[in-house]
Amino acid sequence: MPIDITMAWRNIWRNPRRTLLTVAAIGFASTALVFMLSFQFGVYDTMINSSVNIHAGHLQIQAKGYKEKMAMRYAVADPVRMGNLLNGIDDVKSYTYRAEGFSMLSSSDRTYGVLVTGIDPDKEKQVSTIKSLVRKGEYLSSSNAYEALVGSLLAANLKVGIGDEITILGQAKDGSVAASVVTVKGIFTSGIDEFDRSTVQIPLKTFQEVYSMDGAVHRVVVVCKSLKSVSMVKAALAEDISGIDEKYELKVFDWMEIMPGLLQSIQMDLISGFIMYIILVIVVAFSILNTFLMAVFERTREFGVLMAIGAEPGRIMKLLLIESITMTSIGIFLGMALGSVFSLYFQKHGIDFTGASEIMNQMGISGLMYPKLTLLSLFTGPMAVLFITSVAALYPALKVKSLRPVEAISYN
Amino acid sequence: MNIVQVKEVKKTYIQGKVEVYALRGVSLDIKKGGFAALAGPSGSGKTTLLNIIGGLDLPDSGDVAVDGSSFSGMSQADLAKMRLNKIGFVFQAYNLIPVLSAVENVEFVMLLQGLDKVERRQRAKDVLDDVGLEGKYDRRPAELSGGQQQRVAVARAIVSNPSIVLADEPTANLDSKTGNGLLEMMKEMNEKKSVTFIFSTHDDMVMDYARRLVQIRDGEIADDIVK
Ligand SMILES: Nc1ncnc2c1ncn2[C@@H]1O[C@H](COP(=O)(O)OP(=O)(O)O)[C@@H](O)[C@H]1O
Ligand SMILES: [Mg+2]
Repeated sequence: MPIDITMAWRNIWRNPRRTLLTVAAIGFASTALVFMLSFQFGVYDTMINSSVNIHAGHLQIQAKGYKEKMAMRYAVADPVRMGNLLNGIDDVKSYTYRAEGFSMLSSSDRTYGVLVTGIDPDKEKQVSTIKSLVRKGEYLSSSNAYEALVGSLLAANLKVGIGDEITILGQAKDGSVAASVVTVKGIFTSGIDEFDRSTVQIPLKTFQEVYSMDGAVHRVVVVCKSLKSVSMVKAALAEDISGIDEKYELKVFDWMEIMPGLLQSIQMDLISGFIMYIILVIVVAFSILNTFLMAVFERTREFGVLMAIGAEPGRIMKLLLIESITMTSIGIFLGMALGSVFSLYFQKHGIDFTGASEIMNQMGISGLMYPKLTLLSLFTGPMAVLFITSVAALYPALKVKSLRPVEAISYN
Repeated sequence: MNIVQVKEVKKTYIQGKVEVYALRGVSLDIKKGGFAALAGPSGSGKTTLLNIIGGLDLPDSGDVAVDGSSFSGMSQADLAKMRLNKIGFVFQAYNLIPVLSAVENVEFVMLLQGLDKVERRQRAKDVLDDVGLEGKYDRRPAELSGGQQQRVAVARAIVSNPSIVLADEPTANLDSKTGNGLLEMMKEMNEKKSVTFIFSTHDDMVMDYARRLVQIRDGEIADDIVK
């Protein structure tokens, strides 16, 4: 083995306790970073999936202007044509059509203004998990009955139960009055309060009749085979629809555009996470800085001897850097291994978040959460540690470089 | 032939606000094969002079030349190369690299010089044998006595056949018997291998070994006797 590496290795173990503490600090930080990032990524996946699966889908085709104004007239006139396009794209798992209109909802006791959504029960159940979330009554059966599926909080607010009637009063697409009476067929609880408080769904055919939609819909909701294929499908779809001549230009939006709030809360969480991580990494950097400054002070005379016998400062600096890189690498390697083990364990068994806070519930975090170990979560933290500890180790090494032989030799 | 030439060397230190004249104009020539002692009380300037001769420190004025090459105008890198190839050092204590064994300590100089491993190892062992440490090759400094450590230091200093070996109070940390033993060995190396030594001391017993005795007082040469 080259003498520099032998020397570095022996020097590392000159003060085993200090070395072990430093390695432990680096290892701990790396473990924590791998696990916490994996956990965050897992939570984001869950958040995205639950929002996507309950309602939003990965992609939506809408008429230009609908997303901003949500006016009835910005409609997709020929949804079946969209369906045919989607059938031709490989990574599309399923899709459905929806039409929506703001309306007054009245029970015998109360009146609320909500967005009434028309859904195709057969297609919808392939896109949305709502069918499995029905707690009372049943899911919508046919696409032309006068029945409704109501969010549990809205049902409570309206004081309605299964079989009760709700009067809908709104404005149709052609500007006329849209009015109808539907029977409550089912009540669902998604766990996302905002959604449970504001959702009422009726069969699409019924909706189109009541609101004079003339076969048109407002959203074509698409679920892709995986989160990864979304951008690909989006691009393919955008190209397919660009040539279609409808009254309103058609647009494809992905989940980030459809739910900017979700993206924002993920970003906020990432930022607050990163602030914590940076603090952690800096603490570790100081620990290695301390270790190496101590080593340099303790060994100044030794460096003086090395210089006296003809070693150039660069050589000594190299020796010190080998020491610090070796130590850091051991810590980081251990940290990555431990972090992976923890992440994978909980990735398999889950972490129980039942009874988590209201805010977390609203973001879809409840029950078992699963970390998700990815290359990114495995390497980001440890590489940051490697970088910052290398910078920290550079300072004492540079101090050696400017050491004068006489000063070093007479240092005590 | 003069292997070391010191001309009018002056060195002043600032201690707080006081100027300390460590060397007040020292001129000295050392012949090849010499065995010279710098003697003088503590604070007289011995270490300062040896450091300057060895290129560890630079004089404020005056000039030093070893083996014909003058130090003035040399860069730190040049000086390092000079020390590596032409000068050997032995200090009062803590001379050795603690993580290296005796033989590795001696080898290290040759490693810096770029000699190949087999030759390095062989020469290091031979020199350790010469200084009386056969069989102790693999001991770490902590496993050697003070006298043995100084012998390793001498071995390291002479292994690459330098022009001169500078030893600053090499016996100061040793008891007199061990110290005398070390000096005997140095003298033997001087006579058998014609290694040139300059060593400093304030011990009369040690001075007796020298063939030339240079007395230093207050940064000046007070006396210079060739025996
Ligand atoms: N780095 C320094 N800073 C200030 N004064 C010094 C320094 N080194 C040596 N001196 C002073 O220079 C003088 C000579 O010192 P030195 O050469 O070490 O003497 P010796 O080795 O003979 O004991 C002393 O007065 C000492 O205090
Ligand atoms: Mg001295």
